[in-house]
Amino acid sequence: MSYASTAGHDEHHDHPTGILRWLTTTNHKDIGTMYLIFSLIMFMVGGLMILAVRVELFQPGMQLMQPDFYNQLIGVHALVMIFAALMPAATGFANWMLPLQLGAPDMALPRLNNWGFWLLPPAAILLTLPFTLALFGIGDGAIATGWTFYAPLSVQGGIGVDFAIFAVHILGISSVMGSINVIVTIFNMRAPGMTLMKMPMFAWGWLITAFLLIATIPVLAGAVTMLLTDRHFGTHFFNAAGGGDPILFQHLFWFFGHPEVYILLLPVWGFMPQILQTFARKPMYGYKAQVYSFWGIGILSVVVWAHHFFTVGMPVPALIYFMFSTMAISVPLAVLFFCWIATMWRGSMTFETPMLFAVGWIILFGIGGLTGLVLADVAADAQYHHTYFVVAHFHYTLFAGGIMGIMAGVYYWLPKMTGHMYNENLGKLHFWLTAISFNLTFIPQFFLGLAGMPRRIPDYALQFADFNAVSTVAALVLGLSQLLFIYNIVSCARGGKKATDRVWEGSDGLEWTLPSPPPYHSFTEQPVIK
Amino acid sequence: MAALTRIEERQEANRRLGLKLLWLVGGSILFAVSLVPLYDVFCTVTGLNGKTQNTAAQSVAVVDENRWVKIEFTSSVMPGLSWNFHPQQNSIMVRPGKIETVLFEARNMTNQVVAGQAVPSVSPGSANNYLKKIECFCFVRQELQPGETKLMPLRFYVSPDLPEKVEAITLSYAFFSAVKKAEQGERAAF
Repeated sequence: MSYASTAGHDEHHDHPTGILRWLTTTNHKDIGTMYLIFSLIMFMVGGLMILAVRVELFQPGMQLMQPDFYNQLIGVHALVMIFAALMPAATGFANWMLPLQLGAPDMALPRLNNWGFWLLPPAAILLTLPFTLALFGIGDGAIATGWTFYAPLSVQGGIGVDFAIFAVHILGISSVMGSINVIVTIFNMRAPGMTLMKMPMFAWGWLITAFLLIATIPVLAGAVTMLLTDRHFGTHFFNAAGGGDPILFQHLFWFFGHPEVYILLLPVWGFMPQILQTFARKPMYGYKAQVYSFWGIGILSVVVWAHHFFTVGMPVPALIYFMFSTMAISVPLAVLFFCWIATMWRGSMTFETPMLFAVGWIILFGIGGLTGLVLADVAADAQYHHTYFVVAHFHYTLFAGGIMGIMAGVYYWLPKMTGHMYNENLGKLHFWLTAISFNLTFIPQFFLGLAGMPRRIPDYALQFADFNAVSTVAALVLGLSQLLFIYNIVSCARGGKKATDRVWEGSDGLEWTLPSPPPYHSFTEQPVIK
Repeated sequence: MAALTRIEERQEANRRLGLKLLWLVGGSILFAVSLVPLYDVFCTVTGLNGKTQNTAAQSVAVVDENRWVKIEFTSSVMPGLSWNFHPQQNSIMVRPGKIETVLFEARNMTNQVVAGQAVPSVSPGSANNYLKKIECFCFVRQELQPGETKLMPLRFYVSPDLPEKVEAITLSYAFFSAVKKAEQGERAAF
């Protein structure tokens, strides 16, 4: 097999420059960069929203905003963070790194890739536009139901709900297209000799994520479409008076919503062992065990959804089934934790910023997992349901487990992507500020939840005041310290110490065989894996 | 030349796999849509979620004279419907198999003709399939003239097969404002 005559392929292309380059690009690195920048922007947008919420919660009583606006902020914060920050960040990494790690010249379906990205900005605008429209007296603001769209509240809501429904449709189409692209790339574009069980772990994480997205996003799309027809076309899917059932919505939503958690986390679980092995300077422990755990978690994730609404009034056998199946997920997850720790065990570790984030991530995500186990207990859940305990729990999984994981990936691959080393001291400062202020923000919320403070309520009883004040101050520090992150990324992109091809002493994988930054077209001749 | 063909071949293979995955997406959409009827069937068969049958049941001749079951009635009116609505008795003791009649009183507090739809729910859910209604005001939607008061009957019996451990059943009715364009008690789509 000869690929020799494709080597001169590059020169025939005329790349458009300026904005047209980015609008029309089908290059996986360009698209990956756009995904990551979009994600970073939306991370700041979603962060600003929740900081406004935290400032309102600084003291009991209403100071800054009306309750309805408060409700809009919390719902759009979640939708923005999940669909416009965390998912695009993972897709950005998939675009940048999958072809490099698999030894492929590009993603399999480049034009679909371009389309997948350019659907995101309109969706983000749809999601946030109602805030602006309300300023001009059109409608009553954004979706105020929380991100879960629960009927019948969402059936009664204003135009913000319609905007959010269409935004979710568009975001869903974008994710499904991205998933198809990832699956085809992984199945068809691997370097000769790279069997599925020799694939980098990141590819495995994304493969399962992609299948979960294809299986569950249509269910969400169907649920919000039914909501739309309930709102405007006289159907009664979720209206008891017309023979429908509001509980049906919760089932449909969480049939998507629970796998979504693993959709957000699996890509991180994929690249995290790669970071750990790089800085522990020894091979990943338990590759096969991790792959099988991924499959186990992927499959279990679609059969446990009802643990999100234990208190809705389910028969006891259903409660018991959902409790035990949920707890069963902790078995493969514990295998993963064991493998991560064993990868570091007796390694010659150094703690550059990516490794700091990785180790911090294991501990904090561990807390998220363990508190999840508490919530999975039906008897305990009756006490914790819809309190700040839940809020703290899912921020340990999604901020620590998701976003801090993504940050580890950013610091790990940034020298590869830009060709420059970032500022190590600033990176470490960013980690410590983030980790400490994150804990100070959310540990008080565990206690608030235990004491019975309900989530999604803009005011609270006096006895919760001290914990809320601590949480708000820490949240502001957490928000501000992300400016360091942005500064570090921007200055790294603009210049700095030249990065070597391998960047890290212990790095292993095809992406590190290319120059930093990699050429615009890489692996036009596929490497052969022995 | 041979290499170019190879690239084209691969693009073709990618397109084929992409289209196959599109079928998978189609399957997921179909699954999402079918979840709605599946949910209904599941709830009706198992009696979960307090969904009672919405059609008249036949009576049985056997009456269990050795057992009392307490039936409690609760009522509520949902926002958007300005009615007074309550049962004339809060609870009755019944013999399983014996047909009983309970009257519910509804009063339209407005000066307009208003239609409402009662939605029943049974607790405990496991007793759901043993509560048999022969006649119920919840089978059809009810229309009240301005200021009208209406006595609405519920005729029912408790199946003698009711598990021994169930000693009391609560039957709750929520009156909703009858929805626009809706034929009562059925979905407009699917």
